[in-house]
Amino acid sequence: MSGVKERVIEIIAEQAVLEPSDVSLDQSLEELGVDSMGLVEAIFSIEESFDIQVPFNANEPEKSDFDISSVATVVATVEKLVAEQAD
Amino acid sequence: MRRVVITGSGTINPLGHSVPETYEAMREGRCGIDELDIRDVERLSIRIGGQVKGYNPDRRFNRQQQALYDRFTQFTLIAAEEAIAQSALEFSGHLAAQSGVVLGTSGGGLNTQDENYRAVYEEGKNRVHPFIVPKLMNNSAASHLSMNYNLKGPSFTVATACASSNHAMGQAFWLIRSGAATAIVTGGSESMLCFGGVKAWEGLRVMSRDACRPFSANRNGMVQGEGAGIFVFEEFEHAKARGAGILAEVVGFSMTSDAADIVMPSQQGATRAISGALKDARIGAEEVGYINAHGTGTAANDKTECAAVSKVFGHHADEVMISSTKSMHGHLIGGTGAVELLACLMALNDGIIAPTIGYEEPDPECSLDVVPNEAREAQVSHVLSNAFAFGGQNAVLALKSM
Repeated sequence: MSGVKERVIEIIAEQAVLEPSDVSLDQSLEELGVDSMGLVEAIFSIEESFDIQVPFNANEPEKSDFDISSVATVVATVEKLVAEQAD
Repeated sequence: MRRVVITGSGTINPLGHSVPETYEAMREGRCGIDELDIRDVERLSIRIGGQVKGYNPDRRFNRQQQALYDRFTQFTLIAAEEAIAQSALEFSGHLAAQSGVVLGTSGGGLNTQDENYRAVYEEGKNRVHPFIVPKLMNNSAASHLSMNYNLKGPSFTVATACASSNHAMGQAFWLIRSGAATAIVTGGSESMLCFGGVKAWEGLRVMSRDACRPFSANRNGMVQGEGAGIFVFEEFEHAKARGAGILAEVVGFSMTSDAADIVMPSQQGATRAISGALKDARIGAEEVGYINAHGTGTAANDKTECAAVSKVFGHHADEVMISSTKSMHGHLIGGTGAVELLACLMALNDGIIAPTIGYEEPDPECSLDVVPNEAREAQVSHVLSNAFAFGGQNAVLALKSM
């Protein structure tokens, strides 16, 4: 799963207008200043980068399998979706 | 100040091809949302919508007309025929010069755009039909109405996304009230249920995959619909002098802007629009018996709208009925306020309040009387119709029974 973490951090950093080196895994997207529009754009970039479908509905983020509580959970979810894609 | 009344109504929408059919469906709480039947639906992740069913354009329009009428124009003309017939107005001479058209639409001829982008980009064609521009332009429906009925006064189209129809009907109200027109054919139309139209909405991740459940705690987004609602607004003395049947009086209108966010609604902007309409109508909140909500079924709209209503109505918020008929016909975007005005006319004239169907779980953030699942009999004298658009453009109308 090499590269997934780095690419996801890059995408989130772009939305947060930060350098990837300034994004740490334990931060939440909110702490990074990524709002709901930024989140939807980040998900779009993730889908395009990894050619995956991310199940996310902005009306019920908590019900989605896509866990956005921290950068680490986003990375873990994307890694899982990428692995499923490879199966 | 001149008074403005409604003397005709017409529609085609997912609930019916006429006003009586629509009223019957609203009374019965019928759902017009179903599996989408459009080209390439298998490439969409959102596959439901409020489509106009059982509609065959060949039965209404000849080949030459169809070459010029996008689906949204077809819906407009069908609804206008019903509305103008009911009004019994004939536009000639001075009246024609004093009458016009103000319509709302968001996407205009989106089906025409979608089909022709396919032709040139996907199929690699280098030639398109010569009438694509007059067919897809946003003002084409208003123009064809003006041409077909000899309406020679002010005619234009308003585009404020989900509030287009309410903004349009508000302009019609103002034109007549100010003396700039005697009668205006107004309302709105939308036909965005094509592959590109739905795909674009999908991207925003605010669409439901199963149902539109406004105010319900388990709501999960909006569902798109299509169709048109058209009305004849007329100066009161003119209508009275000719003994016209009057469906309601338009008594107030207010527009505000959130000046905040391109998609997230603001409670303050909504509050100011609702209280502005009451002020313009010179009525108190306690006189309003029913509000047709914007009620999109998104997490954000419904709680913001309920908070705004509670703020303006105070104690009376517990008594007023507020329902979202989008649960039945879906969100007709630029045409939605027009079809929803029918629920207001039904409340004023028939004493029947259209329900919010699909209501399953109370939401403490939407704790108003949302007329859940079943229509209700109630006499109301004043009603409001809310519309709050993406872009933060809000428009609220106030109507009174005659």
